[in-house]
Amino acid sequence: MDADDETSGPMIDEIYANGGGGDDGEKRSRRAIMSGDQLDIEAYAALYSGRTKIMRLLFIADKMSNAPTQLEALRMAYDEIKKGENTQLFREVVQKIDGRLGPNYGMDAAWCDAVDRRAEQKKEKLENELNAYRTNLIKESIRMGYNDFGDFYYAHGQLGEAFKNYVRTRDYCTTSKHIIHMCMSAILVSIEMGQFPHVTSYVSKAEQAPEALDAITVAKLRCAAGLANLEAKKYKLAARKFLETGPELGLHYNEVIAQQDVATYGGLCALATFDRAELKAMVYFPLSTCLSRLPLENIFILISFLPFPSHYASCLEYLGNLKANLLLDIHLHDHVETLYDQIRHKALIQYTHPFVSVDLNMMANAFKTTVAGLEKELEALITDNQIQLIVGGTCCTLQARIDSHNKILYARHADQRNATFQRVLETGREFDRDVRSMLLRSNLIKHDFNLRALRKL
Amino acid sequence: MDPLEALLAQIQGLSSTSSDINRLHTILKQADDSLRSESTRLSPILTQLDPSIHSLGFLYILEASMPAPVTKTQAETVVPIVTRFIGACSTEQIRLAPDKFLSVCRKLKDQVMLLEAPIRGVAPLFTALRKLQVSVEHLTPLHSDFLLLCLLAKCYKTGLSLLDDDVFEVDQPRDLFLYCYYGGMICIGQKRFQKALDLLHNVVTAPMSTINAIAVEAYKKYILVSLIRHGQFSTSLPKYSSSAAQRNLKNFCQPYVELANSYGTGKIAELEAYVKTNAEKFESDNNLGLVKQVVSSMYKRNIQRLTQTYLTLSLQDIATTVQLNSPKEAEMHVLQMIQDGEIYATINQKDGMVRFLEDPEQYKTCEMIEHIDSSIQRIMALSRKLTAMDEQISCDQLYLSKAGRERQRYDFDDFDVPQKFNI
Repeated sequence: MDADDETSGPMIDEIYANGGGGDDGEKRSRRAIMSGDQLDIEAYAALYSGRTKIMRLLFIADKMSNAPTQLEALRMAYDEIKKGENTQLFREVVQKIDGRLGPNYGMDAAWCDAVDRRAEQKKEKLENELNAYRTNLIKESIRMGYNDFGDFYYAHGQLGEAFKNYVRTRDYCTTSKHIIHMCMSAILVSIEMGQFPHVTSYVSKAEQAPEALDAITVAKLRCAAGLANLEAKKYKLAARKFLETGPELGLHYNEVIAQQDVATYGGLCALATFDRAELKAMVYFPLSTCLSRLPLENIFILISFLPFPSHYASCLEYLGNLKANLLLDIHLHDHVETLYDQIRHKALIQYTHPFVSVDLNMMANAFKTTVAGLEKELEALITDNQIQLIVGGTCCTLQARIDSHNKILYARHADQRNATFQRVLETGREFDRDVRSMLLRSNLIKHDFNLRALRKL
Repeated sequence: MDPLEALLAQIQGLSSTSSDINRLHTILKQADDSLRSESTRLSPILTQLDPSIHSLGFLYILEASMPAPVTKTQAETVVPIVTRFIGACSTEQIRLAPDKFLSVCRKLKDQVMLLEAPIRGVAPLFTALRKLQVSVEHLTPLHSDFLLLCLLAKCYKTGLSLLDDDVFEVDQPRDLFLYCYYGGMICIGQKRFQKALDLLHNVVTAPMSTINAIAVEAYKKYILVSLIRHGQFSTSLPKYSSSAAQRNLKNFCQPYVELANSYGTGKIAELEAYVKTNAEKFESDNNLGLVKQVVSSMYKRNIQRLTQTYLTLSLQDIATTVQLNSPKEAEMHVLQMIQDGEIYATINQKDGMVRFLEDPEQYKTCEMIEHIDSSIQRIMALSRKLTAMDEQISCDQLYLSKAGRERQRYDFDDFDVPQKFNI
């Protein structure tokens, strides 16, 4: 109890003092990137490196309807691509820019050709080297050869080939370090390709390596696993993985994910899927998680809001503000809606949980909606509950009935005794029916069989 | 001497003891053809015979005297004779010639239908049924004829009383199909949808090598009744139904399957539109009334769903949620459902509110205990029957011969058991 009071108390005060926590980001020395205001693209892009930086910038450019920011993103993507060797992406970006940024950012055909020629030469050289190594049958060299090939293809954006080559090194891995290196490369490429089942399998492969892994690798693997789970919509598992990622990750994995992304994803998934006890255990107490060391107290604040009933509305409002920026995230965007719905439902259910009857007017005030809207939402939740019970759903179950006349919600507890009687009688009836029809059918078959047997005789 | 006179004398003479009756039977069988040739002269002879004592002879002569196509006036005279005979005949004697008895009853049915007074055949056929049945579980071909007459005469209750008996022994699969189909229709008429569903299910899942028209018609009604009763329908038949049925039944009942799909979406407007467009198809199958019941059952189901979510609800809200036109209609629907016992609720007319109550059944009364007890007894009897049947089959010759052929040939323990049973 003390721990969360300490951490949440001063933050809540700060929030109250600053009136909402949205527009005061600049005042703090460690800026929160994912805040309620307009996304600062430069700062955002600075968190990443390599291919993912380009992809994220392109994604933001696609999603943004705001022209200046779009152009800004495209310009940064152009610069970044020019530093690399990916002509395919270059052409794409040029098409997207469409001459809007002036002559400096147009199609540089000369550069393209130069890069392509260099690529051809390099490819030939690598091939020759690889063939030489293969004839010599030196395992280590062959492995290095394939690795180089993989790196080459990755730099040129041919992800499928890159993946194949990385996987080929598997047969030539001798130490567990090699194996881990291979797994990490494979994971990287799979994430870029969006093939997350591969990610899961390679993560488990890496974790099974005989030698103990160092903390950074462990953290990286957990991030990757979390991402895979997120894409597979297994939000609870994803939350666990993200929260287990230690702060050692730092900037080490920024070719895939930034530390604050881990916190964001983890926090959101946890909010959507953990119940109160789990939130307490996994989020508040472990001070060694990513969350506590991050410049992202606002997620922490969010989570601290949830147990306090009077703060549901502000918490949900805050989430609403964050939404615009979260939709620009390359991994999270299709899950934002689902997660938000789940969070809202959980809030509604948790609100009603301790009570036998709840006045809908008060509840509507707490959630800042109208009574009619609230009624509709609750009705949907209760009806869904019937289906959830059959399918075996987890947190979103609301057992209640609405008194529409007096606008009260009554909790409803299933009467086990009656239910058992009903089930027993029903089972008896079904057994009766089934056995009788079975006897009938067997008689028919016997008769048929007898006929046929008689005919044969 | 006129052979008929001779025959008459023999019938009258040899109808007392069982050995005599057997002799008589053989004589009658031999005389059968000659009787047929003289069918016109036979009616006056009948008057000289007493149906209760000379049942067998009466039967033969009666059967021979009823040629197949019959005019209305002839039918008029014959029907009372047959009715009297059925009422008075002795069970053991007619059991010696069951097919003759069957054909007599069939002709009765035809004549009664010709006269357009099916109700005249209901009672006689019922007595005939009971006399022909070896045991209560035995299905005779008369069952289906009887049920057909009940349907035509609209005597559903009599039909229903017959359906309460469980049937296990069947002579002809076709009898079973007709029996279950007509039985299902009678139950639908009496609104006993669960029983109708069971009967139609039996037809649809019965072993059959090829599809027959009865199964197709039964499947159509099966879809509709299952929608009314359960609110859902799955197109996959259970595993034990014949492969012919599984593959082909759906293709013959396409409009109905689509109706079930449209029902599943839960939108009443769509369902009604679909029914309107396909009304002639349903009409031609004589299923339009049932389809209308399906549509009204949708309203009921929606209202029932509301009872799970709300404790009280205004009539206006019910009307909007269930897509009815006015609160008045909603009130009428709810009232009807309360009367039918489908939901438990009270209507507060002053506020226009409906209060949904829980099922008041507490399972504490004596009647409930008796009901449970009788169910338990019934099921125990059923399991005993199952075990008996299992034992019976294990001792059956045909089964053993087939099982013997498929045994392992190298069982060291059973050297003495022959590989094959020669019959």
